[in-house]
Amino acid sequence: MNHEADIIIVGSGITGCAVAMELSKFDASVLVLDMGCDIAEGATKANSGIVHAGYDAMPGSKKAYYNVRGAAMFPQICHQLNIPYKKCGAIVAAFDESERSVIESLKSRGILNGVQHLSIIERDAVLKMEPNINPQVVCALNVPDSAIVSPYEAAFAMADFAALNGVTFMFNFSVHKVERNDDKGFVLSTENESFYCKALINCAGSGGADIHNQLTEQQLHMIHRRGQYYLLDRSVSQPFSRTIFQCPSSMGKGVLISPTVHGNLLMGPTAEDINEPLDTATTAQGLSEILAKAVRTWPSLSVRQNITNFSGIRAHLESNDFIVGQNPEVPGFFEAVGIESPGLSSAPAIGQDLSAQVAEYLSLKRKTDTVSYKAPNKSFHDMSVGEKASAVESDSAYGHIVCRCEMVTEAEIRAAINRPVGARTIDGVKRRTRAGMGRCQGGFCLPRVADIISEETGIPLEQVTKDGGNSYLLSGTVESFLKGESIHDQTVC
Amino acid sequence: MIRRSVDIVIIGAGPAGLAAAIAARNSGIESILIIEREKEAGGILRQCIHNGFGLHRFKEELTGPEYAQRDIDTVNHLQIPVECSTTVLSVSEDRSVLCVSSEKGLQRIQAGAVILAMGCRERPRGALCTPGTRCAGIYSAGTAQRFVNLEGYMPGKRVVILGSGDIGLIMARRMTLQGARVLACVEIMPYSSGLNRNIVQCLQDYDIPLYLNHTVTDIRGRNRLEGVTVSEVDANRKPIPGTEMSFDCDTLLLSCGLIPENELSIGAGVSLSSATSGAVVDETYETSVSGIFACGNVLHVHDLVDHVSEESYQAGLSAAAYIRKGKHNPSFISVVDGEGVRGTVPQKIHTDADQPVRLMFRPSQVFRNSTIVVERGDNELTRKKAMILTPGEMADITLKPDILNRSEGNTLTVRIERN
Amino acid sequence: MEQMITCINCPLGCRMEVKLSESGEFLSVSGNTCPRGAAYAKQECTQPERMITAVVPVTGSRTPLSIKTSSPVPKFLIRDIMNEIGLLSLSLPVVSGQVIIHDVLHTGSDIIATRNIP
Repeated sequence: MNHEADIIIVGSGITGCAVAMELSKFDASVLVLDMGCDIAEGATKANSGIVHAGYDAMPGSKKAYYNVRGAAMFPQICHQLNIPYKKCGAIVAAFDESERSVIESLKSRGILNGVQHLSIIERDAVLKMEPNINPQVVCALNVPDSAIVSPYEAAFAMADFAALNGVTFMFNFSVHKVERNDDKGFVLSTENESFYCKALINCAGSGGADIHNQLTEQQLHMIHRRGQYYLLDRSVSQPFSRTIFQCPSSMGKGVLISPTVHGNLLMGPTAEDINEPLDTATTAQGLSEILAKAVRTWPSLSVRQNITNFSGIRAHLESNDFIVGQNPEVPGFFEAVGIESPGLSSAPAIGQDLSAQVAEYLSLKRKTDTVSYKAPNKSFHDMSVGEKASAVESDSAYGHIVCRCEMVTEAEIRAAINRPVGARTIDGVKRRTRAGMGRCQGGFCLPRVADIISEETGIPLEQVTKDGGNSYLLSGTVESFLKGESIHDQTVC
Repeated sequence: MIRRSVDIVIIGAGPAGLAAAIAARNSGIESILIIEREKEAGGILRQCIHNGFGLHRFKEELTGPEYAQRDIDTVNHLQIPVECSTTVLSVSEDRSVLCVSSEKGLQRIQAGAVILAMGCRERPRGALCTPGTRCAGIYSAGTAQRFVNLEGYMPGKRVVILGSGDIGLIMARRMTLQGARVLACVEIMPYSSGLNRNIVQCLQDYDIPLYLNHTVTDIRGRNRLEGVTVSEVDANRKPIPGTEMSFDCDTLLLSCGLIPENELSIGAGVSLSSATSGAVVDETYETSVSGIFACGNVLHVHDLVDHVSEESYQAGLSAAAYIRKGKHNPSFISVVDGEGVRGTVPQKIHTDADQPVRLMFRPSQVFRNSTIVVERGDNELTRKKAMILTPGEMADITLKPDILNRSEGNTLTVRIERN
Repeated sequence: MEQMITCINCPLGCRMEVKLSESGEFLSVSGNTCPRGAAYAKQECTQPERMITAVVPVTGSRTPLSIKTSSPVPKFLIRDIMNEIGLLSLSLPVVSGQVIIHDVLHTGSDIIATRNIP
């Protein structure tokens, strides 16, 4: 089958969604293709959620430029889209006097990049702010403007906004081949289909170099750099109220410990260069490395409250900087490549710039009837007693608690499936509602969530997947197994 | 929002909640309500379709559903109301219970007494920090049991089971009988915490190898599980390099421990014991919060449902007495875990206790030919010989009230003495 | 001939030695600590038996029916009995205690429903 659109965006991570959201405000047909089964299946679902202030990137780099601009845009965007944003602040801690110069250079760098409110604070002040930090702390860079968001919730909300305003999202489409078309457009081929567009936007994350290299002389070499994490439960009071960074040291880049916007605690990441860009396994070595480093920040570290581990793959270029903008060799080909940290923080600004450039290239008019969107984020869990009572009265499905650990109701799960870019999988529901993210990690709610997905989408229960592909939950009915091979070769001796 | 008052509110209609309700009604309390989040009463027994329940209580071996039905029938006969499909959202220290259901909406119920009977949840993979991919096909044994026995679906075809406690063993047999292939049962400790009977009838009967001193060290599979690596562990439970075995499987069942489900209890200000992860209670099963009682698996993980029923019946009687007589004199003796003993319940005994007190605990290891000793201060109160004590079986010793009365001291110690 | 067997009646798990004749007849047992152990050893080494519990689908019900044998059945027949169970085609209503298969495979044991599905 052939598909055609004015603009095709490859990749529906935070970058692709930010671009899609901005482009949906213009009069043009926009199609987003993603190889995954849902929004944000790549690095976006596996990053720390930190909106960096911007002191870390090299002055003059694209990273610095987009980070600072993007971070400034976040509060407004989160408010408009009704997604959580918390300016919890951060500190970069020095645990040795020799690290003081690193802290100071970070501060200078930050000032050059345009970051505000940075200051160096001494040990006593650090301990007062963060009593559980290693008492050997010497000093720290205080970064009050550092914030946390949920990276995939941001992507979902941006995608919903875009979809509501006419953008089409197509999943399970992996772009194999990209070529220039005769009339200066582009042809993209997936396994069974062809796609045509006038302007092409490359937001393909780990696959960004593959797309780039098919269209340009100048070839990019992408390094797939994996980062593993611990995620701790949010049940008890958290040891830290801010994001705590470590200085890069002789041991390599340090690890961070950070609250998440929903009150969990994140610890990590590692930085391992791997060959297979989709290998998001965690490893014994990586996990123990994180603990060994994290204990420097948190001496009484405990993983007793660990609820899961995960990893994400950074799209790292040797140049160590982003590539953002129209490719000089290929008119109509726009890119956001090498989007690793601070990619999340930069996304709104990249979205704005790329969409403006594409709009100029195609002479697009701005729509006058753009519809606004608010993510359905008043969770039952967060409602007051009065609001809960009203909610159940208006929709009895609020009275059915499906995920008891996070108090997620049937109403919210159905709503997640029925969003403009709705959930179709267990993980899709999980990331939109938090069902399955609590203490029991879906042990209780999984069968119920699967049933609701099946009911709402018409997908038979045996076809419901955890996260797309062949990640089926079930292998068949009791009936089919009984009538099949009955008891296996397994002997009764 | 519905507002009402009920004398005794019981959270959970599993064997614990049902027994407590029956006791309270038999004690003469009219106003009782059992709140249950599932569609039907019976608790976890609904999905425990294997037999082995009720040998002590009914002198018969029943399946889970049959055992539960006995108490459900009694509750119905006594006309004790059970509100199903209703979830308790919070319990306050002054016993205000907030719950919600699709049918009745939000309810705030002021209880004269609350009995916590919420049971347990299972330890998930994240708590084990097992490395590998996050693919489909990894289930806690209880979730798999629910799919097979209540939903009518098989979670997979080729199964490895991590953990040789009874739930894992039972599921090894269940999956096999229902047509799947179970490749191995893997246990990190040098012994299984499950019953010998289950080792024979769930593993040996079906040629399923049991690997003691082993654990899963890697999980493979992009979308759906494709295989696991199993390694031997050393005395510190750390994997030994070079001992890796690979299993091609599409399903990994985790049977790695039960955790009492005490979120509501914490919200009510109930103190928990780190040894049991359940509430600290006295011999009447009252928690640290006046008028809030706890019984069954939410108090401590049981191995026999008969004991759950017995204990919960006592809790129901206590709650009824609380309604009639009010707060008891708060003067206690502490009960402390001595050598070889873990998680003794109750953790406190009233100084003027006038009924026999049954102390239940888990041995910390296997003891052959030993004696359970209870001491108060320097005085030995009672002792009981035990041919065999194992962590997989709850042990008990009963204190007669006259023995308590004849002694002095603030602390009771329960310990194991080797003969 | 001799057979070693572990008793399952209590956590002691006594290790017993059973002596059988050439034709498999029980001769003697040693190593047990109580008479129940001896009885178990004799049964297990000559005519091992098991209770079977399982779930079977019921037309019109999402929840399968849980069933059990009314008494222990010969261990070597477990697979065949499961095959018989697999051939069942059940419909509602079902009452706990209801006989689903009478005298399954001539064992003298019935297959009985253990839950109500109205």
